[in-house]
Amino acid sequence: MWSYAFRRVLMTIPTLLVVITVCYLMLHATPGGPFDGERKVSEAVLANLQAKYHLDMPLWQQYLYYLKSLLSGDLGASFRYADWSVNDLVAKALPVSATIGGGSLLISLVIGVGLGIVSALRQNSLVDYLVMLIGNIGSAFPSFVIGPVLIMVFAIWLGVAPAGGWNDFDVRYMLLPMALLTFINVSTIGRVMRGSLIEVLNSNFIRTARAKGLPLSTIVFRHALKPALLPVVSVLGPLAISSITAAVVTESVFSIPGIGKLIVNGAANRDYTLVLGLVVLVTVVAVVLNLLVDLAYALLDPKIRY
Amino acid sequence: MLFQRKQSALAAVLDGAVAAAPVEGRSPWVDARHRFLRNKAAVASLVILTLITLACIVGPLVLPNAFDGTDWDAMSVAPTLKGGHWFGTDELGRDLLVRSLIGGRISLMVGLMATIASVTIGIVWGATAGFFGGKVDSLMMRLVDMMYAVPYLLIAILMVTLLGREFYLVVLTITVFSWMDMARVVRGQTLSIRSKEFIEAARAIGVPTRQLIFRHVVPNLLGIVVIYTTVTVPGVILTESVLSFLGLGVQEPMTSWGVLIEDGAGVMETTPWILLFPAGLLSLTLYCANYVGDGLRDALDPKDR
Repeated sequence: MWSYAFRRVLMTIPTLLVVITVCYLMLHATPGGPFDGERKVSEAVLANLQAKYHLDMPLWQQYLYYLKSLLSGDLGASFRYADWSVNDLVAKALPVSATIGGGSLLISLVIGVGLGIVSALRQNSLVDYLVMLIGNIGSAFPSFVIGPVLIMVFAIWLGVAPAGGWNDFDVRYMLLPMALLTFINVSTIGRVMRGSLIEVLNSNFIRTARAKGLPLSTIVFRHALKPALLPVVSVLGPLAISSITAAVVTESVFSIPGIGKLIVNGAANRDYTLVLGLVVLVTVVAVVLNLLVDLAYALLDPKIRY
Repeated sequence: MLFQRKQSALAAVLDGAVAAAPVEGRSPWVDARHRFLRNKAAVASLVILTLITLACIVGPLVLPNAFDGTDWDAMSVAPTLKGGHWFGTDELGRDLLVRSLIGGRISLMVGLMATIASVTIGIVWGATAGFFGGKVDSLMMRLVDMMYAVPYLLIAILMVTLLGREFYLVVLTITVFSWMDMARVVRGQTLSIRSKEFIEAARAIGVPTRQLIFRHVVPNLLGIVVIYTTVTVPGVILTESVLSFLGLGVQEPMTSWGVLIEDGAGVMETTPWILLFPAGLLSLTLYCANYVGDGLRDALDPKDR
């Protein structure tokens, strides 16, 4: 276990390095520098500025400086928002994204696993059809179609929740975006949980447990649940990646000032350094999430040894 | 009960065999086509997809309105059968039917091109890794694992920001993040075919390598390639739509389904049809593509049922 964990942790380093390097080089290859403004700066001032930001050095030294500042947690400065560093912008946006993303992931784990269990135990029941319906809708309709439809129904026709915006962690403004993210996650988790529990319930050791005369609740919760949860855990890694996509879309649909909105605005404004900083940040988060999922899987499944 | 059903199925098969007296050899592909055609949902989906594609190709040529022409007398008009704007118009008076079809052209075109590109890359990458095995394989697959752990949309946003939003650059950006599934699957299949007995047997009776590859390895790869190609298509179309929806895809006055949905979402309070038609077309396309993919999987991989 420990040697696997150690190797798995080591594996994240090349991933991060490759992503950061490729992004950095792409950024470097774009024409224009940070001081090519409308107003020409005099030669001496420009030289001073370039020396201050190490821009007069060869590329590999600049790159090492960039890595060093990344390691100390500095994501750089924004091109457009002159008085803001990327860190300042992230400090404001990250709690918003984390609340919506993390909150909806937790809720959808509970709902998805619960619905999955019920629909596996009562196949062809109402709950079962509900899980299949959610799964179907979630796989056919993209989040940026479901989102506006939610707004149309719940904000415009029924008027039960605001159509968008963010009122300083006001719960009412979280309702619709979190409902959208939860719906998308549940469509995956519910389907996977249903399938895997049905498969486990058909296996020999469950039949033995039934033959012993154990009550259904003991069979499900003591014996079947743990092996049935393994596929759910393994789907959490890809789910985390697709959640990031869904979160970017959700924040755009509901105009929520989170990381996703920041990155889309940054891209629209051609704020290269802001986009680069955010991409690096989110990549680190995604890679770490994947790492945690893999470690959790190894911990839960004794058969996994690499 | 299960036994009975099996028995009656067997009887049916026997009857069929007796009825079709002179037994003719059928290739696995003919078999697969039969299985696919029996799947009503898949066939219906294929028909709908074909109709949508044809409409996108032919529609803009036949219909009287231009996709970027404005009708000053009909701005934000609701869908009507009279007056020539069947899907209504947007707030600039542009005909939504033609715009939806033109947008569909772009979406389907990006989908087609990015799929061809990523499928090609995936096959070459996966087959190489599977064929050589060992160090080469583990190194190549490590890269695939890496790509999976990366939040692709954000890197795509960065690429589009840095490179620009030309049509082919959007295709390139999408391709970069769409080839990994195919590579993984092809590699697995190549590995398993390589060690199969029939390959060994073919080699033992002296089949030349060229014939071995084209007669025995490739046909066995083909099924899974077809299946995963149909899985790639909706994924690619979806990625293009997400980028367009975020305002990072093709630019005005050119349009795609994602752009149209983004436009529609902004004004859905007053003119919901601007959102509903393109959203419906995109969803229908994705839904049908998924069904066709499922049907092909069932048809080409009978042991998986």
